[in-house]
Amino acid sequence: MRSAKSRVRTALRSGGRAFVLSFEALAGSAVLLVLSLLSFTLVLLGVGLVTTPRLTEAVRKHADRRRRLAATWSDVRIPVPYRPFPKDVRDGLTGQVERTRHILKDPATWRDLRWLLLDMTAGYVLLAFCWALLVYPVEGFALAAGLWRVFEDNTYWYGFVPVDSQATGLAAAALGVVLLLVGMWASPSLLRLHFVLARSVLAPTREELAQRIDRLTETRHEAVDTAASELRRIERDLHDGAQARLVAMGMNLGTIEALVEKDPAQAKKMLAMARASSAEALTELRDLVRGIHPPVLAERGLGDAVKALALRLPVASEVTVELSGRAEAPVESAAYFAVSEALTNTVKHAGADRLWVDVHHSEGMLRISVTDNGSGGAAIGTGSGLSGIERRLGTFDGVLAVSSPAGGPTMVTMEIPCALS
Amino acid sequence: MRVVLAEDLFLLRDGLVRMLEAYDFEIAAAVESGPELTKALAELRPDVAVVDVRLPPSHTDEGLQCALTARRERPGLPVLVLSQHVEQLYARELLADGNGGIGYLLKDRVFDADQFIDAVRRVAAGGTAMDPQVISQLLSRRSVDEPMGALTPREREVMELMAQGRSNVAIAAQMVVTERAVAKHTSNIFSKLGLPVSDDDNRRVLAVLAYLDRG
Repeated sequence: MRSAKSRVRTALRSGGRAFVLSFEALAGSAVLLVLSLLSFTLVLLGVGLVTTPRLTEAVRKHADRRRRLAATWSDVRIPVPYRPFPKDVRDGLTGQVERTRHILKDPATWRDLRWLLLDMTAGYVLLAFCWALLVYPVEGFALAAGLWRVFEDNTYWYGFVPVDSQATGLAAAALGVVLLLVGMWASPSLLRLHFVLARSVLAPTREELAQRIDRLTETRHEAVDTAASELRRIERDLHDGAQARLVAMGMNLGTIEALVEKDPAQAKKMLAMARASSAEALTELRDLVRGIHPPVLAERGLGDAVKALALRLPVASEVTVELSGRAEAPVESAAYFAVSEALTNTVKHAGADRLWVDVHHSEGMLRISVTDNGSGGAAIGTGSGLSGIERRLGTFDGVLAVSSPAGGPTMVTMEIPCALS
Repeated sequence: MRVVLAEDLFLLRDGLVRMLEAYDFEIAAAVESGPELTKALAELRPDVAVVDVRLPPSHTDEGLQCALTARRERPGLPVLVLSQHVEQLYARELLADGNGGIGYLLKDRVFDADQFIDAVRRVAAGGTAMDPQVISQLLSRRSVDEPMGALTPREREVMELMAQGRSNVAIAAQMVVTERAVAKHTSNIFSKLGLPVSDDDNRRVLAVLAYLDRG
């Protein structure tokens, strides 16, 4: 008895939920689909630049609500595959263009559209069945109870039963009972099926996962290669630099020991040389350390390290930092060297006399932009410093964007997903 | 003269203690961590503190932070900061209160005992001792600007030494010129840069440093 009762309750709850959801599926998805398609078309006229980001946000909210309901109502989990939505790229028209481009390039945007189409058709039909199977039988019972009289002269089709008498009215009720039983049994499954259907469209596809694996393999190789060549460079620098100087110093000290009584004047001269050579060894070690992990970065974190870096440039610079904590050491280091390379590039090639660095973190994303008022024309290509930055960032799923029209200004934007502590 | 010394590497701490004692300084305390340094500065009230930037337990810029905090509580407390690397950013923070009695040197500078001791004494007396590397960084950034470009090479040299915190006497000795010649150079520098002339040596140094760090 108890299980029958709970079965009825579950079925009725599913029906009720499906009823509410069917409006969302039909009206919500249809309206959003039409508006989105319109907005994408209007990008060509410029109007779409303003509407597309907002609409996409609405579509994603709509889809996210369905994801939430799928998880809570039917325990169907649909992954959220959106690339982070850039909210604070830049103000004005350029920002809108960047945002729209980002949206149109995200495969999830197109997947959402396919889902809207499916949701307002097949998705809706499933939902309609889910609640109609529970509501339609009520009409059958009403027909049997006396409503059949209304149709005495004018046959009414209840399902496949033509109703025009008490007998056919009872037949309608019998069909209603069957339908009700089917509905009791099927409605939770139908609701679940609706969510599974949504998942089949909304979740990332196998190809995308395969692409992701390719990308991870590639960046891992690059990271390993970079680490190995860095170690080789460090080994070489130590071997030819500090190590050689220490050997020379030791030798000099030996000679001094022998000379100190015979020729004190010469010994004194050599002592001065030994001291000079220890100072040079220190300078070399300091430069080497700066290249491995800059001391300011270790002591103060990314913000101050970038400020210190900018202060060393021969170009006037303005650095703004908005960080509420510190990122993990490897991320900090990658970001620091990426900025360092971007700045070096700027100083070398842009011919700028002013530059701006902006470092901030929001919504799980570290964003750094380096802007200069130089001659522009920079591009990510083979052998350029910019592709080096791209490789560095790639290891951390970071991305690099360059906007550099001929005549300037150049803006290099870097993004790394990470958390602050 | 009583010194509080903070350095976490035993060899360096020991070496500094020996050197300072050899030049008749009294070591009030030689500590190896940030908390100990804060305590020693508050309780022992030394004439000068010699502090390593990086100290345990955090191994970040703990020494620098302790020194800055102590100076906020006791403005003008002479502090000489030592580091394996010098950053204009840190120099700026040390100089920010405009009180003088600040030194910021690379650890390598202890190789030349006379010069190092001279720097400690200068800082203890309320003067300034800036590492030549900091100054050359500042100068390289400003070299193309007007009116810095209007300085003669000789004047630039004087300015560099002055910014390190050297007195006219010391500059004259280093450049092998008379003190009067140095004085003439400095007044030229000040008029070319449009800085107010001051008789006070330390004010003068701080003005030059502030000028170089601008923009």
